[in-house]
Amino acid sequence: MIQRRDFDLALGELSTLLEEMGRRVERALVESVESLKTQDVARAKEIIEKDAELNQLENDIMDIGSKLILTQQPVAKDLRRILVAFRIASDLERMGDLSIDIAKVVVRLEGQPLIKELVDIPRMAEIVQKMIEDSIKAYEREDVDLAYKMAKEDDLVDQLYGQILRDLYQYIVENPHNASQVMLLNFVGRYIERIADHATNIGESVVYLVTNSRPDLNS
Amino acid sequence: MSTTTEAPQVKETTKTVDFKTIIDIKDMDLYYGTYHALKKVNLTIPEKAVTAFIGPSGCGKSTLLRTLNRMNDMIPNTRIEGLVDIAGTDIYSNEVDVETLRKKVGMVFQQANPFPKSIYDNVAYGPRLHGIKNKAQLDEIVEQSLKQAALWNEVKDFLKRSAFSLSGGQQQRLCIARALAVNPEILLMDEATSALDPISTLKIEELTQELKNKYTIVMVTHNMHQAARISDQTVFFLNGEVVEFDQTDKLFSNPSDKRTEDYITGRFG
Repeated sequence: MIQRRDFDLALGELSTLLEEMGRRVERALVESVESLKTQDVARAKEIIEKDAELNQLENDIMDIGSKLILTQQPVAKDLRRILVAFRIASDLERMGDLSIDIAKVVVRLEGQPLIKELVDIPRMAEIVQKMIEDSIKAYEREDVDLAYKMAKEDDLVDQLYGQILRDLYQYIVENPHNASQVMLLNFVGRYIERIADHATNIGESVVYLVTNSRPDLNS
Repeated sequence: MSTTTEAPQVKETTKTVDFKTIIDIKDMDLYYGTYHALKKVNLTIPEKAVTAFIGPSGCGKSTLLRTLNRMNDMIPNTRIEGLVDIAGTDIYSNEVDVETLRKKVGMVFQQANPFPKSIYDNVAYGPRLHGIKNKAQLDEIVEQSLKQAALWNEVKDFLKRSAFSLSGGQQQRLCIARALAVNPEILLMDEATSALDPISTLKIEELTQELKNKYTIVMVTHNMHQAARISDQTVFFLNGEVVEFDQTDKLFSNPSDKRTEDYITGRFG
């Protein structure tokens, strides 16, 4: 017997919006790192402009979720679905902002050749892109194992970021006149590392949704 | 978010409360004629706590509540098997005096049912029936009972007025005061707020939180959010069976049985 059809449809809409946010964030990261590699300022500016759409999606999720709490008085997993939607939307919005920050670095570096060909930053971004994809997949499928597996990748991201920091430090010692670009590239590494942390948070939300327990996947 | 060395960390979300059992039901079956209304019920109800019975209409929750003060005795062809033990006494044994039992296990119904008497006489009715004649003593009982039912301040200057002059919510609190006047151990509430407006409902809900310090409260409610707000334990019934009995926090956040989840999330029932 199917009851609460409208409620279920609205919960479905929340999921659809989150998945859309996830896809956009993934694209924003890939494109911002690509624009950094190719120093494509025009492309970076396009990415920055799209931020408003992502914010709107977050607002839509907040509005639908609040209305459902008000009108449907959800309990148990229904309530968790909405709480988790709020949290994931907020994580994705931050991830979007951090991708925009990378694009802003591209704009600031306009006219300056890169100090070296970027290797570790794109590598790191590739891993984090997969983390975003898997975190949303884990949410869609309510797959706790995938959430844990995805979160494990964060260790590799942290290692790579450590490597980037060491390389940049070494470079700055030898080339102090390029300090500002080195700082900006360091920021990019930091932004990507933060995006991975938010992906891990999404994994935690998935585990909470399914099990009602609150794990710490950032360990 | 803090980092720790071991994953996964799982935090316990439900409180464990250590209560003493006051009602112990073992392998209890109840039949109305040939209709098997309660099936193999096993349940322990803790004292000085609020236990809520929830479930769809006809699931047996009110039947079980009425079993606890033998109200079902009045329904012809009712047959009970198994044990219903209250504070160490098998309440269906031959030695049990039903009047004494009902003094110990008071009840409040869906519709407030004050007697066509004054406010004072409604509350004094039970104590008088049990032999208290002394005016000062009755005054004391009436005042204390009305205070416990959070009604004293509203009626203290009009105790001689008819109980029918009170609002529905006040009448229901008067019925609670009347039940408390005979000093019960257990208070049964059968949909006690379903005929009341939201403010009166809230008053009675708050009252239960006060009363549970002194009494054991067992309530039947169709309002799941009421059960979630005010009960410590919740029992979910379906087709005469106990499907799930757990701490209320746990039952409403993470029920163990799919049928409970379907019911509380409004997907059937």
